[in-house]
Amino acid sequence: MAAVETSITPANPQNNKVKKEAGLFKKLIRNRLAAIGLSITFIMVVIAIFAPWIATHPPNEMDVANSLAVPGSEGHLLGTDNYGRDLFSRLVYGARISLIVGVSAVVFGAFFGTLLGLVSGYFGGRLDSIIMRTMDGLFAFPFILLAITLMTVLGQGLLNVIIAIGVANIPGFARIVRGQVLSVKEEEFIEVTKSLGATNGRIIFQHVLPNCTAPLIVYGTMSVAGAIISEAALSFLGLGVQPPTASWGSILKDGKDFLVLSPHMATFSGFAILLTVLGINLFGDGLRDALDPKMKV
Amino acid sequence: MGKYIIRRLIDLLPTIAVVAVIVFIITRLIPGDPAAVMLGPQASVEEVEALRESLGLNAPLYVQFLNYIGDLLRGDFGVSLTYNEPIIQLIMDRFPNTLILAISALIIAFMVGVPAGIISASKQNSLLDYSVMLVSLIGVSMPIFWLGVMLVLYFSVNLGWFPATGMGSMDEGLITYLKHLVLPSITLATIPMATFARITRSSMLEVISQDYIKTARSKGLGEFWVICKHAFKNALTPLLTVLGMQISSLLGGAVLTETIFSWPGMGRLIVDAIDKRDFVVVQGTVLFIAVIFVLVNLFVDIMYKVVNPRVNFTSKGGTK
Repeated sequence: MAAVETSITPANPQNNKVKKEAGLFKKLIRNRLAAIGLSITFIMVVIAIFAPWIATHPPNEMDVANSLAVPGSEGHLLGTDNYGRDLFSRLVYGARISLIVGVSAVVFGAFFGTLLGLVSGYFGGRLDSIIMRTMDGLFAFPFILLAITLMTVLGQGLLNVIIAIGVANIPGFARIVRGQVLSVKEEEFIEVTKSLGATNGRIIFQHVLPNCTAPLIVYGTMSVAGAIISEAALSFLGLGVQPPTASWGSILKDGKDFLVLSPHMATFSGFAILLTVLGINLFGDGLRDALDPKMKV
Repeated sequence: MGKYIIRRLIDLLPTIAVVAVIVFIITRLIPGDPAAVMLGPQASVEEVEALRESLGLNAPLYVQFLNYIGDLLRGDFGVSLTYNEPIIQLIMDRFPNTLILAISALIIAFMVGVPAGIISASKQNSLLDYSVMLVSLIGVSMPIFWLGVMLVLYFSVNLGWFPATGMGSMDEGLITYLKHLVLPSITLATIPMATFARITRSSMLEVISQDYIKTARSKGLGEFWVICKHAFKNALTPLLTVLGMQISSLLGGAVLTETIFSWPGMGRLIVDAIDKRDFVVVQGTVLFIAVIFVLVNLFVDIMYKVVNPRVNFTSKGGTK
């Protein structure tokens, strides 16, 4: 009897989930490029979190007498900027701004985009038309242009950068989720759940949304890379975070003005952006191959 | 095909209307009094009031909106305070410059990215394939504003081969004109080039495993002709799909590229207008770029249908 009971007991979903996650991690690690991407991303996250311990100087501490010092100067691994601030320390703190904006803006865009995509795809009809026409309208603006326009209205500042890039991210998430919902809602199990009397909210959040997670995770990861570049671009144009806050884009902007005299400012700050974005893209590519190989991002 | 184009044009109208509404809403979100913001803290109360009146900001919001739509339908984008010129004139002066830059970038992206993707696919898993893919991955991750600065540093400052800024004029000779175009075009071409290489490789790999390619090979057709005549033609469709998206990247990238190279185009106009707090110019230019983007995408969709007549665009709703 005990044996029969064992055989009909469904597998513990918690165990399945753990196994699935372990399998995904193994797949990722086996993909050499994804593993490199994951390592770069991890290092950048560690640098951002432990910035106060890694930085050798306070990021905004000025030493005008020692301005534009070359890399390797005494006490300044990567030299100093035009105000004599230690470039290495500013780049380390800049990682914080990049990652905070990158992740927060994508969470912002993903939250509202997913909500709109779920409602639009699930209910369909006129609501779908209105939401998707609005998303099409937002999509008509080149991403960075929409962010620039919003920053013009909102004004400089970290929170405003997050909002501007976040809003520009909404239509992408809405489209991805809507597409998923349209296919998931035709599945038999949704019909069964409906016939059992489940409310729309319960169906959407407990049954439809979990089936959208794979493309959401892949698209979200890739979007973090885009958001980091956008933040740097806004700061480069003087529309991002306010000085003297260290941001890779604003360091590059200053570096452009001293390009002939001190090319190291522009070189290192841009390289930091490239390395981080490359790491996240490599990781995102690997995630896509592991989670959703058919997806084209 | 004619019916299809007309239907797509009609479909486009709500999107353009939504774009206009979004621009209206965004510019009305400016905290405080837009007229006071535009004129700056030195302006007198009378000056601010006069500007409010001339911008129509004293009217109720729905009247402002109706006036705004009415003006747009007449092709009136308003008058710039800082340039003292109609905005449509400012746009028309600069749009050809952006177009030249975008088209040159697109040509470079296509001429380099597509052959790179083809070679990469035909030599799959070789060192060449890995190198092309690594370079293209770096390309899609590239902050182009940094690349632009680095190109200036190396090719203008260090080697002195190309001018660092400006557009040049045909009066100075074709060579000088082209020299001004090289660095901004390469900068702007980087992301589309890398994307084209990636997409071409993956679609070519899909196509060259098909039976008809094997048949073409077994008939004794040379590899070059198999790839160029049979495989590439069928691998072109996914390339056209990303072309539409790349136009967005080009128009957005133009803002940054034009700023780095002081290129007198639409992007530079927007950045200058933001600096001068001339929101009317920002509003008009952004709207113009969005409409151009929508129209270019329509053109790409039509090309898509020409290349692949089996494609059916009958889905309802906003997305395709």
